[in-house]
Amino acid sequence: MSGRGAPVVVVGAGPAGIRAAETLAAAGVRPVVIDEGRRAGGQIYRRPPEGFSRTPQTLYGPEASKAVALHAVFDAAAASGRVDHRPESSVLALGDGALQVLGPEGRSSIAYDRLILATGATDRLAPVPGWQSPGVYGLGGTQIALKAQGLTFGRRIVLAGSGPLLTLVAVQLLKAGAAVAAVLDTAPLGRQIAALPELLARPVFALRGVAMRAALGGRYHAGISLDRIEVDGRGPVAVAWHDAGGRVRRTDCDMVGLGWHLQAETHLADLAGCAFDYDETWAQWLPRTDRMGRAGDGVYLAGDGLRILGADGAEVAGRLAAAACLADMGLPAPDAAADLRKLDRLDRFARGIAHAFPWPAEMIRALPDETVVCRCEGVTAGELRKTVDYGGAEANRVKSLGRVGMGRCQGRFCRLAGVELIAARAGTGADSVGRLRGQAPVRPAPVEAWMDRGCGAAGSG
Amino acid sequence: MIGAGKDAPGAGRVVRLAEQGRAPVRFRLDGADCAAMEGDTVLTAVLASVPALRRSEFGPEGRAGFCLMGACQDCWVWQEVGPRLRACSTPIAEGMKLLTEAPGDWT
Repeated sequence: MSGRGAPVVVVGAGPAGIRAAETLAAAGVRPVVIDEGRRAGGQIYRRPPEGFSRTPQTLYGPEASKAVALHAVFDAAAASGRVDHRPESSVLALGDGALQVLGPEGRSSIAYDRLILATGATDRLAPVPGWQSPGVYGLGGTQIALKAQGLTFGRRIVLAGSGPLLTLVAVQLLKAGAAVAAVLDTAPLGRQIAALPELLARPVFALRGVAMRAALGGRYHAGISLDRIEVDGRGPVAVAWHDAGGRVRRTDCDMVGLGWHLQAETHLADLAGCAFDYDETWAQWLPRTDRMGRAGDGVYLAGDGLRILGADGAEVAGRLAAAACLADMGLPAPDAAADLRKLDRLDRFARGIAHAFPWPAEMIRALPDETVVCRCEGVTAGELRKTVDYGGAEANRVKSLGRVGMGRCQGRFCRLAGVELIAARAGTGADSVGRLRGQAPVRPAPVEAWMDRGCGAAGSG
Repeated sequence: MIGAGKDAPGAGRVVRLAEQGRAPVRFRLDGADCAAMEGDTVLTAVLASVPALRRSEFGPEGRAGFCLMGACQDCWVWQEVGPRLRACSTPIAEGMKLLTEAPGDWT
């Protein structure tokens, strides 16, 4: 920590970051809010560029009023100077009480007194043979294309994976007039039904999910397993899969959207020195905090970057993290009791979602050797298995020797599957092969960002 | 060139479903004139004309972006002059000169 005089910095302007900033501003603390977006909202409430004309109702459906409220709160706070908004800026690294930030004006160092990380989540991906082909996207990416650009990337789309986003994106695409040929869910129907008692912690959400599922009709298939994405030079031509009864199926398509719910974006929490625990429910390593989001040493976490509770949970967690921060600064903080109760209910629901739509560990463990695991550098499952045989079953060692997790995405899209493959080879569980450590820079940066000013520091990535 | 056949209409991968009344933006891709719309990202603009943004450095396939939220770094594209751009988070601008292959003096 750099001590008094430096600001409180919030990283991320999604639902968690916005509520954290609002809570700080209301207590008279003026936070710096660093965000990669051009406009605040995060991914879930992402706004299209200026000049687009669809209504919030069209963009965000039943969540429109929440999106509009968040945008309005943040825009007003930024316009009045109660928060110092730094849009289109990526935090590359942090250490010694300062963040290295790459923005439109180049790189700068921003010292902080306390730090609230609201870095959100990305799609949790399982490799499928052929997924490195152009025309295969994450489900989140598929949704962003529709929401922020009004488009999709194919005339006949197959969506595959599991989780709430699978159904939601399918319904949104259909509503927008896209042709969705099949929605392939690796979660067995029995698992989904068994999770219903937990899902009833949020009955409105559960019912909405059932209604959306009904709207998909015969396109939706539960309990499937994916064999491969068949491709030609241009992109996907079909998805080959097995249905729940074991029958071989094939669905023609020219675009595929993949995703198995979400994974927390934790690289900055890692660099900030947070401790991590393996969470069996989420099948991923998650940062350790107290219930308010305190990670220690003046660092606070909120939103999907801490626990995958979704947008409503992120708003609550953002308020809680800011309240903890204020209390630790010796300032009056809002009462947290009601928000903590809300968080418990949202957590129960979220665990129900995780149980209903599990990570497809067995499918990954059985991937053919030729499957590309690391999209960045084309490392295959076979090469990874050989690396385990040669160097041992520790994730960071396999990364050093076999380069899985070393590419330009910093392991975001291969590390969970990599861990599964390592564990399978070693005959152990995913929790026992270790956690891939984060490394700076957490986003690629041009070399010129580190050159002296005056020799071309104006460019940005 | 991975943008083969780009002069043919519909050679790209983008299917526009909404927001079609925007002003046109002209840019160059691999030396050819292309059109996009104001508010398009570089990713949208390029994939409206050709099926891929670049070629993978480690495999035979083209790449067309993946996460669209700045996390996967799949969509970095070259310009004739100047730094590479992350296509999903950079708006297209009039007169950009983009390349789907590294410039000749790079490799």
